[in-house]
Amino acid sequence: MASIVDARGRSCPEPVIMIKTAIDKEPNEVFQVLVDTYVAVENIARFVKGKGYNIIVTENNGEFSLEIKK
Amino acid sequence: MGDKRKMFIYGGIIGIIGAVLMKLGNPGNMGICIACFWRDIAGALGLHRAEVVQYIRPEIIGIIFGSFIISYMTGDFKVKGGSSPLIRFVLGFFLMIGALVFLGCPLRMILRLANGDLNALVGLAGYVAGVFVGVLFLKKGYSLGRNIDQPKIAGYIYPIFAIVLLIFLVIKPAFILFSKEGPGSMAAPILISLVLGGIVGIALQRSRICTAGGFRDVFLIKDYHFLWGLIGIFIFGLVGNLVLNFSSFKLGFEVQPVAHTNHLWNFLGMTLVGLCSVLLGGCPIRQTVLASQGDSDAGITVFGLIIGAAFAHNFGLASSAKGATQNGKIAVIIGIVFVLALAYGILLGNRSKTESKEVVNNG
Repeated sequence: MASIVDARGRSCPEPVIMIKTAIDKEPNEVFQVLVDTYVAVENIARFVKGKGYNIIVTENNGEFSLEIKK
Repeated sequence: MGDKRKMFIYGGIIGIIGAVLMKLGNPGNMGICIACFWRDIAGALGLHRAEVVQYIRPEIIGIIFGSFIISYMTGDFKVKGGSSPLIRFVLGFFLMIGALVFLGCPLRMILRLANGDLNALVGLAGYVAGVFVGVLFLKKGYSLGRNIDQPKIAGYIYPIFAIVLLIFLVIKPAFILFSKEGPGSMAAPILISLVLGGIVGIALQRSRICTAGGFRDVFLIKDYHFLWGLIGIFIFGLVGNLVLNFSSFKLGFEVQPVAHTNHLWNFLGMTLVGLCSVLLGGCPIRQTVLASQGDSDAGITVFGLIIGAAFAHNFGLASSAKGATQNGKIAVIIGIVFVLALAYGILLGNRSKTESKEVVNNG
């Protein structure tokens, strides 16, 4: 079961800070992050890839779900 | 193409265009300046009566059109809003006061530096300091809250505003004011400014370049992605100036165009700009681009910039080549104290909200 980080409606750079806080707390957890702008997807992808995580992005009706794990 | 190189080139496009627009007639080291250009528009609309800075800058119209059209084509156009609009307005207002005490937005700061104006280096130090303080708030949990969907029509307000401005610029009705002398009278040809503004808008929208984000991400997550965009603006701006504006290139502090040498106030003015930019989630260029792609919170912020500019000139807060004014200095101090108190208040409010949520979850 993945931990859910709901960053929808958050403006830059809050989505990145939210996933950073979650990762710092539980580095080996699987995260599902919800965002609603493509900029947030790009910023989170760049950040988590830099930290050595894999990310799978799925789009649904203008919202994005990101699965993030080691 | 690597991400860094892409950022560098996008920034480069903006830097080169800055040099070209200066060559073609825009004021000294003001090829593009979002703060100065919104200020000129505020003046043209009669919101302030500083006769030397009144003009409807086509670059702004171009940036709005460019980022609106490209965001519409790429799916980035989304109409959202409702995330602390009044606070954003006030932050936009004080951001502009800081910018007009320094004499330029962060983009012009880079372009000034790219033409040898070392006062901009002092401004840069102040800006980075302001960004750093803003990041401390972010790390502690500062947030302006979620936005929500807004009626789609709200997303067209800025493009319509841009069309109205363009009509005013072309028809020149009597109630629109145009400077006859001073920086407001210096301008590149309308069509070229409009097209180059459009290219800048596209480059900014696609790259998401933000002068605050560039430094913020270094402090926050040690990410240099956006900083490469800023380096691109500087390097290409520098090369562009050396090639196109060589006679105006002058390394030093004294007698720089539309600039002053009050180091303390250059520093503190930009500290206020950096702080407000981070608390807003983006600098004036980013806010202008976001406003054009349906973000009505950014739209409110830009109105804050416009009204801030009007106040700055109506109450003698804006600096001139002679230096910062007494009123401007007081306004910057009030601005810094007020914005810090505001951010702290938001932080306390967010904390108590999180704590009460935890009590609910645990109870």
